[in-house]
Amino acid sequence: MENKNEKRAPVSQKAHTVEKPKNPEYIGGTVSIEINEKKISVPMGTTILEACREHGIHIPTLCHHDDLCVAGVCRICVVEVEGMRTLQASCAYPITSPIKIKTSSPMVRKARRNIIDLLISEHYGECYACVRNNNCELQSLAKEYGVDTFNFGHVQSPRFEVDLSSPSVVRDMNKCVLCKRCVRTCIDLQEVGVLEAIGRGDHTHISTFLEKPLADVICINCGQCINRCPTGALRANDPSDEIWNAIDDPNKHVVIQTAPSPRAAIGEEFGLPPGTSVTGELNTALRRIGFDKVFDTNFTADLTIIEEGTELLIRLYNALVKNDPTAIVPQFTSCSPGWVKYLEHFYPDFIDHLSSAKSPQQMFGALIKTFYAQEVKVNPEDIVTVAVMPCSAKKFECNRPEMQDSGFKDVDYGLTTRELAKMIKEAGINLPEMPKSEFDDPFGNASGAGLIFGATGGVMEAALRTVLELVTGNKVEDIFENMNIVPVRGFEGIRYAEIPVENVGPVPDLLKAYFKDWNWLKGVTLKVAVAHGTANAKKVLEDIKAGGKLSQCHFIEFMGCPGGCLGGGGQPIPTNEEIRKKRAEAIYAEDQGLPIRKSHENPHILYIYENFLTEGPCSHKSHKLLHTQYVKRGKYIA
Amino acid sequence: MLVEEKNAVTEEIENLVKTYGSERSALMPILQEIQKKHRHISDYAQQEVARLLDIHPVEVFSFISFYSFLNTEPKGKNIIRICRTIVCDTKNKSAVVAAIERELGIKVGETTKDKKFTLEYANCIGMCDQGPAMAVNDRVYTKVTPEKAIAILSEVRG
Amino acid sequence: MEKIKKRREGKVIFSEYTRGAGINKLKEFSREDVLFELKESGLKGRGGAGFPTATKWMLTAAAKSDKKFVICNADEGEPGTFKDRVLLTEYPELVFDGMVIAGYTIGAKLGIVYLRGEYEYLMKPLQDYLQVMKEDNLLGNNIAGVTGFDFDINIVMGSGAYVCGEETALIESLEGHRGEARNRPPFPVNTGYMGHPTTVNNVETLAAVSHIVIKGGNWFKKVGTDKSTGSKLLSISGDCNKPGVYEVPWGTTIQEVLKLVDAKDTKAVQVGGASGICLNKTQFDRTISYEDVATGGSIMIFNENRDMLHILKNFMEFFVEESCGQCTPCRIGNVKMLEGIEMIERNDYTFSYINKLKGLAETMKVASKCGLGQSSPNPFLSIIENFREEIFNGSHGGRNGK
Ligand SMILES: Cc1cc2nc3c(=O)[nH]c(=O)nc-3n(C[C@H](O)[C@H](O)[C@H](O)COP(=O)(O)O)c2cc1C
Ligand code: SF4
Ligand code: SF4
Ligand code: SF4
Ligand code: FES
Ligand code: FES
Repeated sequence: MENKNEKRAPVSQKAHTVEKPKNPEYIGGTVSIEINEKKISVPMGTTILEACREHGIHIPTLCHHDDLCVAGVCRICVVEVEGMRTLQASCAYPITSPIKIKTSSPMVRKARRNIIDLLISEHYGECYACVRNNNCELQSLAKEYGVDTFNFGHVQSPRFEVDLSSPSVVRDMNKCVLCKRCVRTCIDLQEVGVLEAIGRGDHTHISTFLEKPLADVICINCGQCINRCPTGALRANDPSDEIWNAIDDPNKHVVIQTAPSPRAAIGEEFGLPPGTSVTGELNTALRRIGFDKVFDTNFTADLTIIEEGTELLIRLYNALVKNDPTAIVPQFTSCSPGWVKYLEHFYPDFIDHLSSAKSPQQMFGALIKTFYAQEVKVNPEDIVTVAVMPCSAKKFECNRPEMQDSGFKDVDYGLTTRELAKMIKEAGINLPEMPKSEFDDPFGNASGAGLIFGATGGVMEAALRTVLELVTGNKVEDIFENMNIVPVRGFEGIRYAEIPVENVGPVPDLLKAYFKDWNWLKGVTLKVAVAHGTANAKKVLEDIKAGGKLSQCHFIEFMGCPGGCLGGGGQPIPTNEEIRKKRAEAIYAEDQGLPIRKSHENPHILYIYENFLTEGPCSHKSHKLLHTQYVKRGKYIA
Repeated sequence: MLVEEKNAVTEEIENLVKTYGSERSALMPILQEIQKKHRHISDYAQQEVARLLDIHPVEVFSFISFYSFLNTEPKGKNIIRICRTIVCDTKNKSAVVAAIERELGIKVGETTKDKKFTLEYANCIGMCDQGPAMAVNDRVYTKVTPEKAIAILSEVRG
Repeated sequence: MEKIKKRREGKVIFSEYTRGAGINKLKEFSREDVLFELKESGLKGRGGAGFPTATKWMLTAAAKSDKKFVICNADEGEPGTFKDRVLLTEYPELVFDGMVIAGYTIGAKLGIVYLRGEYEYLMKPLQDYLQVMKEDNLLGNNIAGVTGFDFDINIVMGSGAYVCGEETALIESLEGHRGEARNRPPFPVNTGYMGHPTTVNNVETLAAVSHIVIKGGNWFKKVGTDKSTGSKLLSISGDCNKPGVYEVPWGTTIQEVLKLVDAKDTKAVQVGGASGICLNKTQFDRTISYEDVATGGSIMIFNENRDMLHILKNFMEFFVEESCGQCTPCRIGNVKMLEGIEMIERNDYTFSYINKLKGLAETMKVASKCGLGQSSPNPFLSIIENFREEIFNGSHGGRNGK
């Protein structure tokens, strides 16, 4: 990640590595070293760990995480460097001179074993009663080093109360190994700053400001800390028991919507390589589990595009033509609840920039308990809606008091990818073996535009596909090859693009209520930006505050998590840069293969505007069901 | 906290920031001044320091929790610290502690009801050649006997 | 300038020195001259680690940066150490002149004294002293009339954390963070305070520099041994009649020290503070020197009446509390040692477990992130070893392994 060396990160947690030469070929750019008597040459500044990994030598790690800066605190990765009195942490040691390294000498092995024994002695909890059973780095270490007894005893009772206050994140510090990955995640990567080490010596533990419960502090529920926790100390608040109960209750009509990112990732939980899309298999599995209907969140992603796109055009019209000071641009996307809460806490003065359109999850919930209930003639009271999301913040979102526009709780449960995988396993289903099947009507299959919501830049691309086409009357594929709007894709923290509107076409029927013509947009250059991870969001907001380039934007997409939803806090563990890339590839590939790739061409969307939201997008009814408002929270709690 | 009180705290911290700067390196002296004046660093003060130095409140809290001389809960007007490290320990510091505990009616780690005294242990305070050593606020007393300790307390109490 | 008469005696540090002399010498001394004399002197760091001062300064001088810093480590937290306090109270001219010389040599414009919070009462006198230096043009701009020779000194106070004496933890603390040691490399000489090259020196090291600049490296190394040149200030406390700060040449034996302070019935001597090692009677002929028993200056004397296990427990309690808590071996390892001691106390232990703890101690020494965890097993290992007769076959308590 590019923000490894930000000024605000605690220095002790920064990468104190030597800057690597851009061109390792130049003289002095490489160093010759010996690892376990094998001679190799590495670029100056490579850490011992990187060098070993590159040459297939395994070194155990615990506090190290590819997304995060160096910590060097667990000491599991120590190796022997000839001539040095003490062992060196390989993750933190930049190679700058020709050294000789031993990665598995008796001293090293004893040290590692002792360290594991120490960690285990303080680790309260049994592996078989833990969500991370079989996917825990502490457990793997114990296995790797053949731990079969508690050499230094074992804690008999919990030292900390489990913090269950948050709808999204559960903290059980009895399982914490103090690797500080969560601290580095929350402070450096996300710039939220909820977690820090509190106390000193043996009192050290991870906690919040004034040791308050997580629900009472500024946590944005992104769950990025969960994804980087090596143990079960952090986990999502799992509603699956209640969901099972609903499924088992014959009087309940249980429907599930699945977001795009889980489908590109859930295979990992079943041993498939990252980047394997299992949409069809998942549909079947969900039916076998007992869900009555399986819907595609992409449908409401398409709907979001129509609503949010219309809102954008209205804002632009009011701002550009009417010079209305209350028309606030740039408009910010609002589908990432982690991002939304971040803005509410840290930049409450900016909430008028947020699109009032709900996230796809919440739009779906509201529609299921109104439109769908009508269509299938089921009492909405008996409908239970579950949303499979890559995200832990979605659990918080569905519990927001505003989200009851159907007259009921619009979405009953937010379920993460990991939790769904667990349910599938519990039902004895091997996902990869499932036959493929389609989504249920009346929402059916959605467009590729809805699908790419899962990747950073996806909402922007989907919006542009629709807005450009509706405004210019030209086909997007004539403007961008293959309909791929490459400038907004990729993983760079902040991306900026300018798209000139050279000509305009007729106003489509859907929008005739708002616009007579598009002449006012002719010659306008659309300026858009994309940011992912709240640390990058912060940079964008600061730039806007300072009146920089980004303040001139018309529309900005923000995603709370690095990589967008596909890197969400509810996704399979591990998640890292490489895995995020693979998932993105899967999503874009699936989009390529779909017959419909623009939201406004989705026939089910047209159907709903013809039959239910008859007054059109951004109308009174759509406002009631599909739009929402936000709360100025502020970041001070005492 | 009353609004006026809050404003007073804010103003005070703003002045400290003027003196010490708004770099993070000013954190220690700023907190020390607040601690000295108020004998603790209140929740609100922590947030204000965080705001003015542009860091996260939890970082301020974490910092305070690391250093023995900074604390978030109010302490007594006078802080008595008795060295418990080995040299003073062998010079009979326990008798001194016991005498003070009896006199003040509190145990080590506690504060008297009238908020006049807090009794704490300290690690070696660099007076080992004249132990047992005891510090009251920033004043150090050496070769303290139980009797002398009580005399010091009444002197401090005034 | 006035000569200051001091009552303390010593061949090097406590020898005569005229206030400001070292600084004025710089009018005729180049940076290279200072480094040459330092190298000649063989001066090694007096804070405990014993790193050659000339090398440290050379590295900082050679590092490229627009800013550099001199830090005087006055955190003096090691139990049983108080010689830095004496230097700062009675000989501030030696310490501050040393800092100015350091600034001149490495090219720093600012020096910072990190004073332990426990010494708050020194703040005012030291600041007053700095003011006098300024008035005498020994600090500030164009020092000693040399154009462009600017140097200033700030005093920053700690807040009660022993680990902040560790140089990288100290820097973290100065930067406004928890005092958690950094990964090394890179070392402070390259990446120190605010990321700039920084030399961190103990109070006594800086004091020695002032003498060396005036009297020469050759003069300095006449005292002491081949590998440990010069003298050492010892903070001597415990069971003896004349505790206090003494200057002795390196190479002095423990026996000689005991005589110096009139110690009787001595059973044990802890050399180097809580993180040092504990010697028994048979080892009193060992010498205080880098090649034998090194020390930052703390000597604690215990007579026949003392309970060694109790002493050990006191030390381990200290480390459990003062560990910064970031790295595994130190945070949990010290707790396990302490628990082990309590087991022995309760007579509820096995020798095989004690052996496991010894193995753990070896791991802590090599795998901890900083010097605290690397040295905290020292008292455990040395007391358990040197006093095993008393501890396990108990003259008092009759402890017995099962
Ligand atoms: C836990 C710990 C505490 C230390 N405390 C001090 C101290 O109080 N004073 C000091 O000068 N050095 C202390 N040191 C040593 C410093 O890290 C550093 O080596 C020293 O300041 C360098 O100065 P010198 O080269 O002049 O000795 C400590 C080291 C450790 C590991
Ligand atoms: S969920 Fe996100 S904001 Fe909350 S503690 Fe974890 S990383 Fe920080
Ligand atoms: S909660 Fe998890 S990530 Fe955070 S320090 Fe503990 S083990 Fe590491
Ligand atoms: S050895 Fe101890 S004091 Fe040093 S970094 Fe590790 S935990 Fe902190
Ligand atoms: S992985 Fe290197 S110290 Fe933790
Ligand atoms: S042991 Fe008490 S002051 Fe040093």
